Amino acid sequence: MAVETTTRAKLRWGLLDVLVIVFAMVPVLWIASLSFKTPATLTDGKFIPREWTLDNYRTIFETDQFVRALVNSIGIALIATLVAVVLGAMAAYAISRLDFPGKRLLVGVSLLIAMFPQVSLVSPLFEIERQLKIFDTWPGLILPYITFALPLAIYTLSAFFKQIPWDLEKAAKMDGATQGQAFRRVIAPLAAPGLFTTAILVFIFCWNDFLFAISLTSTERSRTVPAALSFFTGASQFEDPTGAICAAAVVITVPIILFVLFFQRRIVSGLTSGAVKG
Amino acid sequence: MADIVLDKVSKSFPDGTVAVQDVDLEIADGEFVILVGPSGCGKSTTLNMIAGLEDISSGELRIGGQRVNDKAPRDRDIAMVFQSYALYPNMTVRENMAFPLRLAKLDKETIDQKVDEAAKVLELVPLLDRKPANLSGGQRQRVAMGRAIVRQPKAFLMDEPLSNLDAKLRVQMRTVVSRLQKKLGTTTVYVTHDQTEAMTLGDRVVIMRGGAVQQVGAPQELYDHPRNLFVAGFIGSPSMNFLHAAVQDGGLHTALGDVPLGDRVRRELEAADAPRELILGIRPEHFEDAELVDEDTRRRGIEFEAPVDIVESMGSDKYVYFTVEGERASAAELEELAADAGAADFAGAGGNLVTRLSAESPVVEGQSRRVWFNLEKIHLFDPTNGRNLTLHEGRAAGALAD
Repeated sequence: MAVETTTRAKLRWGLLDVLVIVFAMVPVLWIASLSFKTPATLTDGKFIPREWTLDNYRTIFETDQFVRALVNSIGIALIATLVAVVLGAMAAYAISRLDFPGKRLLVGVSLLIAMFPQVSLVSPLFEIERQLKIFDTWPGLILPYITFALPLAIYTLSAFFKQIPWDLEKAAKMDGATQGQAFRRVIAPLAAPGLFTTAILVFIFCWNDFLFAISLTSTERSRTVPAALSFFTGASQFEDPTGAICAAAVVITVPIILFVLFFQRRIVSGLTSGAVKG
Repeated sequence: MADIVLDKVSKSFPDGTVAVQDVDLEIADGEFVILVGPSGCGKSTTLNMIAGLEDISSGELRIGGQRVNDKAPRDRDIAMVFQSYALYPNMTVRENMAFPLRLAKLDKETIDQKVDEAAKVLELVPLLDRKPANLSGGQRQRVAMGRAIVRQPKAFLMDEPLSNLDAKLRVQMRTVVSRLQKKLGTTTVYVTHDQTEAMTLGDRVVIMRGGAVQQVGAPQELYDHPRNLFVAGFIGSPSMNFLHAAVQDGGLHTALGDVPLGDRVRRELEAADAPRELILGIRPEHFEDAELVDEDTRRRGIEFEAPVDIVESMGSDKYVYFTVEGERASAAELEELAADAGAADFAGAGGNLVTRLSAESPVVEGQSRRVWFNLEKIHLFDPTNGRNLTLHEGRAAGALAD
């Protein structure tokens, strides 16, 4: 089917695209706009600030609270992502390649975890973590993040592994590779787009989580940004913190944009082309 | 370099299916052996067992006199070329070929030198820095071969390496493979489903069916002295013609007329359990236009007349298709062969007779023509077990032998 490229069709699609972008971007832009307003003009209802100020940004970086939370967020999300992707890759590889007893059960259980309502787990987790003395620590958040990110990682990765021709692995074995070498030097490089996609998804999940962050932490020691935001007070206790919260919201969006941009370039499709057949 | 010995090697799966059954095969050092058969005959499984990619259920596999049943592929020192080529797409041609050497932990200079050598042999030098995605099918195929020869293994295993190439390239690569094997003198096991490839390439051909070896021998031997109906039908293109033949008063009644029998076959048919119906097999080139046969030769065969269906002139000779009346030959082997070839291509079992006549024959489509055929070259098969009754001590002697 030939794609119509008449001016009218272009116009129609263009309009539709703009509409979607505007719809998606308005809340984000609004927050960005609020973060640049002075307390006096905050509630004037203007989309473009009348008076521009960077005070809000100055404020949040001056409070120890936010900087500490940012460090917690980055650390926890990165560690959880790394562990989840490595474990997920190994599990997904086994699932896509091997026939072992209990395979269906494993897949079923991981799906079950993904479906489990997280809210219902918060109270038991709270009790467990207090008993284990990991409440309000990094591991206290990293562990549940890994648990809930793993099903996602396993599912995405096994789909990627299944696309890689099995012959490549056999060829590697014939060429003298051990199972581990075949995985590391042949399969993993080819699954790289899948690994990066999974890493992005898992990172976003950990970065955005509010539920666990608010329930399993109690001090700045391990509070992540989404949770810290809700404790925000602004420069002084009596000030309305709207501007500061908006500034913080903009700031915590930046790492995730950087993260995605960095990995996006690695997600090249068709990496396996030329491997088999002609 | 080494010999490969399969001693009653079998492969069965947990669900009970038997893929390969008691294969006995001795492949001499430097020999080029072809495993051939229709799809699902166990040839690829056999190859994978030699490679170590599949476990051997029972029996023993020895490479260079050493039992290797439980050895991992990497410890067997054999190289394999896959049907899909299985090139590593993230590596250049050079890296692909160097991969086995790097795994063997050779130093960089030796690796470069060996890769360059292999690349020269396969004319891959200008392609060394390209990725597989930027190569044509034939080039990829050569890279796959290069990766196999570069580390000078004990043996090569090839799993239908040419079947993804187009017809012209396949013929060309066939000679490349053949020359390469002769030059390197490495023991080679080659799997194919193409009987032409099997006939042209191998020192010896192993014909498999349903997991069992049917016959092992030099290509010409298989062609001239097939042990059973399956081998006879599988080897040769166009394939052998098969006709129903009823045993009647010391002779055979067929659609091509009554065929007299020599003492040897008659004795065999006198046994109590001998079949009353046979399948007569005759290759296309053993027919000739009756006009062109001299008196001396004529006595060795019989003549029949049939309407000409189609004439295909090849220049050197003519393929002439006749329609013959009468009962069809039927046997499990023939059905299997027909299914494998795609019924239309396998004229042997139908009401059609394929003959190869001299180019001088003035045969015309639509007319009737008298045709002679050689009784010394016909084969008679028992339809129940496919056995060739005309075979004595491994030689086919035709119907008239005393």
